[in-house]
Order: sequence, then structure tokens, then C-alpha cells
Amino acid sequence: MIYFDNSATSYPKPSQVTDAVIYFMTKIGANPGRAGHSQSVKAGEIVFEARKKVAVFFGLKSPMNVIFTSNATEALNTAVKGLLIKGDHVITSAMEHNSVMRPLKRLEEDGIITFSVLEGDDRGVLSVEEVIKAIKPATKVLVINHMSNVTGAVQPVREIGELCRSKGVLTILDCAQSAGIIPLDMCADYIDIVCFTGHKGLYGPTGTGGMVIRDGFDFNRIRPLKEGGTGSLSDKTVQPAFMPDKFESGTLNAAGIAGLSKGIDFLNSLPEGLKSVQLHKQTLQKYFIEKAKKHVKGFVTQSETEGYGVVSFTIEGLSVSEVTMKLSDLYGIMSRQGLHCAPLAHRRIGTFPEGTVRFGFSVFNTRDEIDSAVKALKEIAGGN
Amino acid sequence: MSGESVILFHSSNYAMWAADALKKAKIGHKLVPVPRELSSDCGYCVRFDTLSAGQVSALMEKENIEFDRIEQI
Ligand SMILES: Cc1ncc(COP(=O)(O)O)c(C=O)c1O
Repeated sequence: MIYFDNSATSYPKPSQVTDAVIYFMTKIGANPGRAGHSQSVKAGEIVFEARKKVAVFFGLKSPMNVIFTSNATEALNTAVKGLLIKGDHVITSAMEHNSVMRPLKRLEEDGIITFSVLEGDDRGVLSVEEVIKAIKPATKVLVINHMSNVTGAVQPVREIGELCRSKGVLTILDCAQSAGIIPLDMCADYIDIVCFTGHKGLYGPTGTGGMVIRDGFDFNRIRPLKEGGTGSLSDKTVQPAFMPDKFESGTLNAAGIAGLSKGIDFLNSLPEGLKSVQLHKQTLQKYFIEKAKKHVKGFVTQSETEGYGVVSFTIEGLSVSEVTMKLSDLYGIMSRQGLHCAPLAHRRIGTFPEGTVRFGFSVFNTRDEIDSAVKALKEIAGGN
Repeated sequence: MSGESVILFHSSNYAMWAADALKKAKIGHKLVPVPRELSSDCGYCVRFDTLSAGQVSALMEKENIEFDRIEQI
């Protein structure tokens, strides 16, 4: 089996990740932060270690500003719905995933906000000039992704962040695809809130992710999405007002977080950290695109030759579902077809409503696997 | 001042953070259940030798770790 659906979720996971999950479930087991017994303390320590690593990973000082969620979607819903109030205006891009678009749409339908969708250049990449033009007196937030899950296009985050900071516009960055590939320093990059998922480029288990708030940001401006048990202030019926408890009601996915923690260790243990990841993915992407262009009849890609391992493509005359089905059934190659939860992005690049086939590479993929995939695509496409 | 003290936090998350900082600063301590008579919280607090009380509170201040209070036990 060849797994090229890493942009949906990465597979395989490093062995230290799966080992950590099993260790947690077989040797620790307890609920972190809910009791004083020694197993609960150990569980709490594992979660705290993960919090600390995530904080360092995004350039934060306070581990308390890391809020664990079940995925990027929950984090984005918390940030968007928690921060926006009646009359606010939001700026976003046409490249957004539905985990950004749908919460915005919900708030718009409820008559709470208005929002502008910026088109960017022909790859959907925004410019500072375009953002400046879109800022209105009521603009409170800019929410964009760091890297597109459709084409892999990367947004100029620092330039846009700096502009927004200077104009008093808050920034929410969807790092679902970029975390574990493109480094981010929330302070130097002028980002107020990062939403990430643990199960893609961070190599953690599904059901992990988080919302990370910049040091010094007034988190009182954000309403939690949910209230409930936190293990703190149990004599009170009101939700705690401090970080991270304010946003972390309910038992955490501690076994998953134990795995996520090791996923981050895995990335840090690579010879040059994220540089190694980038180099590997860039090499695979370039190799695949150049080879497919040469050998696969009617191959068209919507991604750049230079990129971090997210490649959308189509084959003229074939439906994308036919391609992915044949890849899977006849060749054991896993890929994803369609709109990838990002309808506007496909409109922007001209592939709506059919969508594309997407290959998402991980650090575990090899040139040999790409050779096999190109051979398979060549046969599927037919011709010469 | 001899004996032991505990430092109480609003949440176990802060107790974890404090324990981590104390470990790095090589100040002896232990994470223990919050004594029922001191607080109704379900979680833990950090116990230490009362002699290091000054050091402990200075470290909390330095690291910006918010705490509720220190109590002799
Ligand atoms: C750009 C982008 N944002 C958000 C998400 C949502 O991530 P999750 O499904 O883990 O919530 C994804 C992936 O599905 C994504 O690619």
C-alpha cells in the first residue's frame, strides 16, 4: 500500500507516537488534572509536557496559552465565534477550508458579522495591498490559512500579520496544513491566535489539536465555545476565567496528546528539524510533478513545482473519482479526490465543481513510491 | 520556620507549570492532592519545605506563574 493522503491525516505515525499512546492507555490511564492521586499526576505531567512543547513550537512563553481541542475545526470555531460580536467585519481569503468558511457563514446568517473574501493572485495568495484595501473601520479580524490544503500555496503571513497589527486588526491563522512544515513564531509573525491540528504534519493521533493564544493577548475578549468541568474551582458554578481552563472543559484526549507530544519530539529530532521536512517534501513534489508531466498524458497540476508536498492535479478526459478509484483498487495507492472541504479554493483555481486529485506527501514517502504512482497514472491515462 | 508548606493554584495546570519550574531551579518539591481543609479543588498543589518559601514565591513571580496562596501545613 502507498499512502499519499497525508494532507487529510498522516500515516504512518512515528513509532514513538503509537508507543506513547499505548503506554498512556496501558500504564497511566488516569484523568489529567482531576484528582490528586499519583496516576492523575503522571497524566497531568504528560499533558503539561505537551503543552510546553506546543508553546515553544509556536514561539510562545506561556504554556498556559495553549488550549487543547479535538482538532483544528474546534479551535477555529472557538476563535471565530468567541472573538466576533455584532457589527464586526472579517477579512478572509478564497483559499479557506470550510472549517473557517462555515463558522463565518453561520455568523453572517445570524446577522452578527459581515465578511470579505479576498481573491488573491491566480494561486489565491494575498498581497498586503489587497488586505489594506479591504480593511474597514469595523474590521476586527483577519482569518486565513498559512498553507492551502488544495494547492499547497503559502500565504505571506508575516507581512500580512505586521500590517494587521499596525491597523489594529486581529489575526487568526489556520495552521492545519503548515504546522510541522513551515515554522511559525507568533511574536515575530504578528499572529494573535493559531489554530492547529495534531494529526497531519505534527504526526500525532486524530482527535488532537489546539488553539494557541499569543503571550499578552487579552484572552478575556474570547468567549469559550463550551462550559463544563475543568477540575478547578469546583465549588463554583461559573466557568473559570483563567487560561487554559476557561476553554478546556471536559476530559482531554490525554492518550492522543501523549502521542502528539512525541510527534513534536519526532520533528525536533530530525537532523535539521522542519528544514529537513521541507527539503524532503520539496524534493518529492518536484520529482513527482516533473516526472508526471513527462510521462502521464493529459496531466495538469494546479500546484507549483516548488512546494511542501501538497499537489493537486487532474488528467484530461478522466474524472477525478475514476482516477482515485483506480489508484486505490488497482494499484493500492491512497489519494483524495474532489473539493477537499474547500469549495471556494477550487472556484479560485478553476477546478469547481469537479475538483482535483490530491497527493499529500509525508516524511515517510519515497521516490520509489512516486515512481510507482507515475507508472500507475501513466497506465490509467492511457495513450503513448 | 520549619515544617512543610503548600502552594495552591487556581488550577492543576498551574501546579504542573510550577512543579516544572521548581524542578529546573532544583528546589525540592512534590505534587500532592490539595488538602481538603485548604480548598475545595479536585486537583493538586505543590508541597515544599517551608524554608524555601521565599525562593518558591520569588520563582513564581519571575516565571509569571500565577498562584492563589502559600500555606503552612
Ligand atoms: C487548511 C485546513 N484547515 C482546517 C482543517 C481541519 O482540520 P481538522 O479536520 O483536523 O479539524 C484542514 C484539514 O482537514 C485543513 O486542511
